[in-house]
Amino acid sequence: MIIAPPRLKPAGHTATLLLCLAGAAAPAPQAAVAQQTPLAIVGARIVPIRGVELERGTLIVAGGKIVTVGAADAVTVPPDAQRVDAAGKVIMPGLICTHNHVGGIGGADSTAPLQPDVRIYDSLNVLDAGYRRVVAGGLTTVNIMPGSGHLLSGQTVYLKMRKGNTIEDRFIRDREGRVMGGIKMANGTNSIREAPFPGTRAKSAALVRERYIKALEYRDKTARAAGDPEKMPPRDIGLEAMVQALAGTRIVHHHTHRHDDILTVLRLAKEFNFRVVLHHVSEGWKVADEIARAGVPCSVILVDSPGGKLEARDMAFENAGILEKAGVKVAFHTDDWITDSRLFFRMAALGVRGGMSREGALKALTVHGAEMLDLGDRIGTLEPGKDADFIVLSGDPLSVYSKVLETWVEGEKVFDRDDPEDHLHAVGGFGAGNEQVPYFCCFDEASKQ
Amino acid sequence: MRRDKYSAKQSRNPLFAPRANRAGSVPRVQRAVKQSRDRKRAGKGGNEATMEWRNRAATVRERAKAATKRRTDEATKGRVAHRFSGGGLESRANAAGPSHGPTPRPSPPARSRVGCFLIATAAVLIAGHSAGAQVAVRGKTVHTMAGPAIENGVVLIRDGKIAAVGTAAQVQIPADFQVLDAAVVTPGLIDAHSTVGFSGILNIPHDQDQLEHSAPIQPELRAVDAFNAREKLLEWVRGFGVTTVHTGHAPGELVSGQTLIAKTAGETVDRAVIVPSATVAATLGPAAQKSEKGKSPGTRGKMMAMLRAEFIKAQEYLRKQENPDVEKRPERNLSLEALGKVLKRELPLMVTANQAQDIDSALRLAKEFEFKLILDSATESYLLIDEIKASGVPVIVHPTMTRAYGELRNLSFETAAKLRHAGIPIALQSGYEDYVPKTRVVLFEAAIAAGNGLTFDEALATITLDAARILGIDARLGSLEVGKDADLALYDGDPFEYTSHCLGVVINGQVFNQPPR
Repeated sequence: MIIAPPRLKPAGHTATLLLCLAGAAAPAPQAAVAQQTPLAIVGARIVPIRGVELERGTLIVAGGKIVTVGAADAVTVPPDAQRVDAAGKVIMPGLICTHNHVGGIGGADSTAPLQPDVRIYDSLNVLDAGYRRVVAGGLTTVNIMPGSGHLLSGQTVYLKMRKGNTIEDRFIRDREGRVMGGIKMANGTNSIREAPFPGTRAKSAALVRERYIKALEYRDKTARAAGDPEKMPPRDIGLEAMVQALAGTRIVHHHTHRHDDILTVLRLAKEFNFRVVLHHVSEGWKVADEIARAGVPCSVILVDSPGGKLEARDMAFENAGILEKAGVKVAFHTDDWITDSRLFFRMAALGVRGGMSREGALKALTVHGAEMLDLGDRIGTLEPGKDADFIVLSGDPLSVYSKVLETWVEGEKVFDRDDPEDHLHAVGGFGAGNEQVPYFCCFDEASKQ
Repeated sequence: MRRDKYSAKQSRNPLFAPRANRAGSVPRVQRAVKQSRDRKRAGKGGNEATMEWRNRAATVRERAKAATKRRTDEATKGRVAHRFSGGGLESRANAAGPSHGPTPRPSPPARSRVGCFLIATAAVLIAGHSAGAQVAVRGKTVHTMAGPAIENGVVLIRDGKIAAVGTAAQVQIPADFQVLDAAVVTPGLIDAHSTVGFSGILNIPHDQDQLEHSAPIQPELRAVDAFNAREKLLEWVRGFGVTTVHTGHAPGELVSGQTLIAKTAGETVDRAVIVPSATVAATLGPAAQKSEKGKSPGTRGKMMAMLRAEFIKAQEYLRKQENPDVEKRPERNLSLEALGKVLKRELPLMVTANQAQDIDSALRLAKEFEFKLILDSATESYLLIDEIKASGVPVIVHPTMTRAYGELRNLSFETAAKLRHAGIPIALQSGYEDYVPKTRVVLFEAAIAAGNGLTFDEALATITLDAARILGIDARLGSLEVGKDADLALYDGDPFEYTSHCLGVVINGQVFNQPPR
């Protein structure tokens, strides 16, 4: 991959940058980059998301982590640091997309409505041009999901947009080294189809209930076996994933649009006590208080018009703002290819247009998304100790005229608008679409969103 | 208790009732929410606070209902025009009608974010009544498109036409005129290519009339026979300032049918449509290809062969029609008649083509049969700038944000700028969407182009005057000039900024007020 020098002009001495030598492919990259030269970006307006905005700030990163965030006149840049001037620019955390389909997803197939054994990471092409657009849009972490044509279409995967040639290069691992991801579920019309799929909403819920009960039994039987292989149930990797959901270590990401479908998700989540994030939530504004009372977060999408499917007829720009005011934690998602990852800021801005607070909209692009992926302690804000995932913008994040100039993941620059190849993917042009497959290769149109 | 008791009509806009309706500086819902928040801070229960919000909203709804009833009663007495069922409870008709007595001016607080558009007197009239409406629109900045923007400008509207344009010092507003205020005023936006009114919001067979798949070449399909003037998406795009749409049969068949030009006002096709037959729409490339074995066109070569054959038939048809012996003239053939109009240059052929070879084919065919060509979508047109420029053909560039897949995989946000700066006439469009979103909004597409190489004025021209020129309607639309249709869009800031709002539009002098959108 291209190892480009930093775009920002060095203001002081020019130390050799070793940022790109980070062992991105290692399971625990933060350990491998510890030796890199500290980088100090000075003079930019810093929007840390948590904490006050700094008109002229300094951001110091080292070892793939954020070391210091502070006012430029209050922070001492270490003498060994690479110092770059970013006056007039804006720095904020890398964006987090809680729902994205880039990479030629191929999840569950047409044989069954619930396929928890399917892992989306087995289908992804990391070289897909879509991933170049992802970093061009300032996204540093994405939740890649299978489609919504099933009640349960498989396991999702959270990816860090590190450079890399394999999907493993982008995995995020928890403390036990487990690859992090959620479970994708859906209700409403997308998953209603011919048998063996459900034909109605009640049947949809019944099938889900039945499978969760199986998972409960599997869990209890495993516990009773206490490690005795003779007493263990036959291994079922699908139920294993669902048991993780029941234990709260794997979050259910649930596609849902209509207000009654939203309530059905809340009912099932309460019944089985799984942790859930509501996705799309087009009619969330009709049941905002119910969602708030359930304490369930929402990942919202706003598109340019309502309709296109019956369930999205009442979609509204006001949705995010109404949910926010009701006290619901709100994030946004691109649902790329439904909306282009390069235009993620636009969605937050449309949220503001519809009545959301500016502060809430920026959180909805960053820390709220992080929390919905159980990554709130690692990413989503510019705070010391967090991963050095940040972006450099030419202007205000919510302005149509602003550009993402650079995207950094764990202290490594993964997008530079001045690089010709990166620029091609940022604005498009001949060749920009060469390496990509349609994201929805699934078995029919209904699984599009 | 639950919001689903809202009526179906209201439910489309969750903030329908209170946002725009008040003279105070804070819209009512926002005030209610603020108070609710304050109560929460003061230790009162969240539910209680929310309840209060709902009760307030309910009160506003009841009042609104009563107001509607009043208006209805008055309308039956012939005193007030009936309320257009637009974007919620946006307007309170001046019961006395706009032409009775002096127009109350807005109180200063009302002219903050929400109140820029004069709410209190924004009478909403149906088209039939608009001829009598006398309206003055004041803008801190008025983009006329006929010259430099005017600071503190005034546009005077008489009988549905623009009567005067100038600075506040130059244009006196007669005392009995209804006055609208906005930070930014532009000509009503023109969407140079859309399918709204044909591809409905529900996206079920019931409301999808944009494509007829029974044969690949059907130029006889007239757009007026399928246009739904009450389609919700027309109202939706109007909410962002779009007052004119070029719409009709969608890309997807070799010759999919005709298009028309309509205003986004008027509740019947006859009232809305201004050009019943605008173009014949054709498609080259994968979108028009039949994948089934034995069906044509299955290849690019076959597409062109079929089009050539059809145009040759039309040439023959025209020639035989000239026969002095009536008996020897051919039987009427509506398909060939439509193509004959293309050959006679009475109608342009709008060819949707994305990849370079398809664009080139369209240019070749136009040269061969000497018809007026409009290139549509033209994703890879940046590869053929010299050729397109030499042909003199205008381009209605694909929606800037359309998806970069398939034959559009190499699209560029900068295509509009590249063509425009090469001197090629361009316009922008919302295009055709078969899924979510069911329509794009041309304002937003121009905004992205403005962020990617077009200047503000150039970008605005792609959805106003330049669009009007390409569509041949610039004599009456596209700029704010005396004598042109009184179509205006009002904004509370830079129309291209994501966080600005459209405050409403004027169409043929008729005011469409709305909650800021």
